Formats: sequence, structure tokens, C-alpha cells
Amino acid sequence: MSDTWDFETRLRQALAPVEPPDELELRLQTTLGSLVELAADELEAWELRAMKDPRNWPRAALGPAAAVVIGTGAAAGLVVLRTRSKRHKRRAQAHSALDLAERTVRDAAREALRVFHDVAR
Amino acid sequence: MEGSPPDKAQLDAAFTELYRAHLRDVYSYSYYRVGNHHDAEDLTEQTFLQAYRHFERAQRESEGRPLRPWLIRIAHNLAANYYRDRSRRPQTTIDDAGALPELHTTEGLVEDREDLNRILECVRRLPDDRREALIMRFALGMDNREIARALGRTDGATKVLLHRAIRQLEELVKAEAGTEAV
Repeated sequence: MSDTWDFETRLRQALAPVEPPDELELRLQTTLGSLVELAADELEAWELRAMKDPRNWPRAALGPAAAVVIGTGAAAGLVVLRTRSKRHKRRAQAHSALDLAERTVRDAAREALRVFHDVAR
Repeated sequence: MEGSPPDKAQLDAAFTELYRAHLRDVYSYSYYRVGNHHDAEDLTEQTFLQAYRHFERAQRESEGRPLRPWLIRIAHNLAANYYRDRSRRPQTTIDDAGALPELHTTEGLVEDREDLNRILECVRRLPDDRREALIMRFALGMDNREIARALGRTDGATKVLLHRAIRQLEELVKAEAGTEAV
């Protein structure tokens, strides 16, 4: 019993926790911070590119007729404008880059439908 | 009705908390797995990057349970890949005489450094699962349940694993000490 206890004490001493180097902590914080910023920057650029092209608006939600109507320059511009105006809200609500992308596509489809109804009126 | 998804800022704050609370655990685990600081740093970094990617889901699925076993499981899987990719085994004791001797001296734990090194050397020679269980128990202070979750085993199987690991290690150390005394 005492031998086992002694051995486990020695084992605990041998396997003492190891402090990570300070530079690792700094590097990790920088890397994680950069990842968040990079994701936001990339999404900003992606949002703009994707929303300018009506082919990226989900056809299932929109319908082919609406896509053709809205695919014209002015209507497409309106969809982009309306979709982008909500980007801050989307970012605040999204919990990952993928989720943000999905929300953006959904918003674009919603705005495209609204524009279609406005144009059809 | 389904609750609203957690705010991203809240998730980031929770991840920062997790990172601060367990950086030393992940680093210690990595260090004893790979046996040198350079690779331990890489492994720690990769572990947290992977954890960051899947944090939201892990938090949702944990149902309030501690996330340390999940983090250590990520490190465990990455370490397995590390050995597979590089066909390496853990290096002998501690190669660059850095953190361990310093920590031990500051903690006043060194009474017989050769003895401790012998134990570490024998830990290295244990089968992977036994070595890992010992690192989790003695370096990280994880309890049976946490170790079971990290290793994907039952609590009972983990208890047996730890018991056998300690027994085998004790025998190895005794045999090693006997050889050196001759």
C-alpha cells in the first residue's frame, strides 16, 4: 500500500505539469485573432462577389422566372444593396463562417423575392 | 421553440476562457506525448485551431459537461497522426532540458533526478493507451470519468487501464533500477 502510494507520488513528480512558453501563448492569441479577422475580410469580399451574380441566389427559393427578371443590372444592384445593408446584423448573429455564408445566401434570396414583387407590381 | 443561437461574441469569449483554462493541460499532454518542446508547441497550436473550428458544436453537445476531455481527445488524435505521418515514437525523457528540470527545481520536487528520469523513460516504453492514461491522470490530474471521455472508453475500462498501467510501470522501473544497480 505504502509502496504503491510512494510510487504514485514519484510518478506525479516525474509527470509534473509543464508550463507553455510565453511566446506560444502570444502566438496562439495572435493566430486565433487573425483567423477571426481573416474570416471577416474574406467573407466581406465573398459577399460582394457572390451577391453581384444572380446565379448565386438560390433558384429553389427564388424561382426561375424571378431570377430572370432580377438578373437585370438594376434589380440585381438593388438586391446586393439591400442584402449588404444587413451584413452587420448577420455577422452579429452568425456563429461560424459557414453559418454566416448561409445567412447571407438566405438574405439574398429573401431580398431578391422582395425586389421581384416590387418589379412585378 | 428552439432557443436563439449563441451570439458569436459570446462564443469567442467562451473559447478564450477555455483556451486560458487549458493551455497548460494541452501543452503538458503534448509535451509528454512527443517529448520535445518544438513539436509540443506545434501540437498545442493545432489542437486549439481545430478546437476553435468545432467549438460551437462541442459546446452544444457537451450539455454543460467540462470540455477538457474533448480538447485532450483532439490533441490525442493529432498526436496519433503525428506519429503516423512521421513514423516517430516519443523521444526519450525530455530532450532539451528546458521546462521539466526548471519546474521541478522551482517546485522543490527534485530529490533524485535520475529516479524521475528513469520513471519517465519507462513511461515512454508503455503501450500507447497506458501511457496516455497515465499522462492524463498524473500530469493533468484528470479523474477516471474525464479520462474515459478523452479516450472514448467506459469508466470501468478506464479504471482497469490505469491500474494495469501503474502496475506495469512499477515493474518496469524496478527492473530498470535492478539492471542499473548490477
